[in-house]
Amino acid sequence: MKKVRIATGAGYSGDRIEPAIEVAVKGRINYIIFECLAERTIALAQRQKLLNNEKGFDNLLEARMNAIIPICKQKNIKIITNMGAANPEAAGDKISEIVKALGLEKIKIAVILGDDVSEILWKDPMIKETILDKMDIEKVKNKIISANAYTGVSSIIEALRKGSDIIITGRTADTSLFLAPMIYELGWREDDWNLIGAGIVVAHLMECGGQVTGGYFADPGKKNVQDLARLGFPIAEVYEDGKALITKVPEAGGAVTLQTCKEQLLYEIHDPSAYITPDGIADFTDVTLEDIGKDLVKVTGGKGKPRPENLKVNIGYLDGYIGEGQISYSGPGAFERAKLAAQIVHERFKIIGLNAYEIRTDFIGVNSLYSPLKDEPFTSLNEIRLRIVGRTKNEEEAKKIGDEVESLYTNGPAGGGGVTKMFKDVLAITSSFIPRERVRTKVYLREFEK
Amino acid sequence: MRKRIKLWKIAHSRAGDKGDISNLSLIPYDEKDFNLLKREITAERLKYYFRGIVKGRIERYELPNIHALNFVMYGALSGGVTRNLCLDAHGKTLSFALLNMDIDLDD
Repeated sequence: MKKVRIATGAGYSGDRIEPAIEVAVKGRINYIIFECLAERTIALAQRQKLLNNEKGFDNLLEARMNAIIPICKQKNIKIITNMGAANPEAAGDKISEIVKALGLEKIKIAVILGDDVSEILWKDPMIKETILDKMDIEKVKNKIISANAYTGVSSIIEALRKGSDIIITGRTADTSLFLAPMIYELGWREDDWNLIGAGIVVAHLMECGGQVTGGYFADPGKKNVQDLARLGFPIAEVYEDGKALITKVPEAGGAVTLQTCKEQLLYEIHDPSAYITPDGIADFTDVTLEDIGKDLVKVTGGKGKPRPENLKVNIGYLDGYIGEGQISYSGPGAFERAKLAAQIVHERFKIIGLNAYEIRTDFIGVNSLYSPLKDEPFTSLNEIRLRIVGRTKNEEEAKKIGDEVESLYTNGPAGGGGVTKMFKDVLAITSSFIPRERVRTKVYLREFEK
Repeated sequence: MRKRIKLWKIAHSRAGDKGDISNLSLIPYDEKDFNLLKREITAERLKYYFRGIVKGRIERYELPNIHALNFVMYGALSGGVTRNLCLDAHGKTLSFALLNMDIDLDD
């Protein structure tokens, strides 16, 4: 039976690089996938691109490619990544430079464009009125930074057919990066929905890298994981019939168990019978996980339904500012002094007429993550940190929040220390849908022969 | 006799976020406890437990195939990760807030 071995090289843009090198060197893999876009990443990258047309791709692209391309060339491993972010073309230029500098022979790079739909959104009044149902686009029109559709496997498969060694995309859906080589290598039909669904299940398990090999899982005493400082990235061995094995390099840290796979299977899932991707709607409700060896879990039973007519579009827009200040109190009466400090700052906001949409006050150590959900007796704390944060319309108001916390040094309760303050603009994301046929991705090839 | 334990003793959880929606998995260490969790941890009970945090509805999905529950909580992130003023804007720590819940067991 045909099979393909696919590894994850990154589960987010800032991910570690050594585990990618390790899995490429020791994993006997055919593909390595770097999934580096979160909901907001592309909007942030678009801002970089607006400042400099040669930027707007992943900040670690150069470091990752320098480290991984020579190994992949030597071991005949293909690279697929969405590290192109807002500027896959410039990312392609950068990779070309790297390939030249490394003096490698015969490398084919494919750049996939077409996920940026901002032009379509602005120019087509029909789309603006009928498709952008979730947001009144007129209200935020002048504040929009980016609009990108989640695109599927088709252009990646085309690039593979044309013999590409490195494929760089923008907002390709996370799962599509992994699914494309399965379809290409295993000869699946793009409308064989059950196989596509099975592939999406595997892709979903893989897309967050270390989160399926024991990362984001340890809870000492309850869930122990060895050697997290050397956590290994996952490998999926996928078979023609849709069955897959999830594993890792034996000497790498971490673990692949039923528990790690269950947690990752449900990560960011809503209705498990309808996990929507551009390539098909996966159904997880008959998925079976079996522990068949050390760090070896067998995945079967993924099913699917036809792909959706519309593609999801993420729109990034500027949404005001956030300002924040923090200060710490310690020893006897720490919490009482922190509460007095908060009261003073709130009164100051009234006196100076702070204009904020929303203010939040946290006592870090007591309620900064969520308010206590049960009435448990409150025991005295060795130290506490007050955090006051607010959302404002403009930068000037945002700055005032931190400034007022800072002035507690000489004007507030006794013993306050360690003030930090910051302000930032808010790049918000809203999502909408666009008819699939309006989004055309295209493959641009660059070949290097020495 | 009934005894009270923390959910944390018998189950694990991971939180995920999309927009203003948080989802929490709830997975028993021992598959035999799946029915207990199904009986005890209803969407209604969670809605009450998270009443100060989750503004919208909570839906529960059952996955008997992997012995797990999935809770989808709407309006859980104060407008979503980009504008949520919470230190944990993604709601990642809500998984352990769930595991801090008490449940009563028959002895």
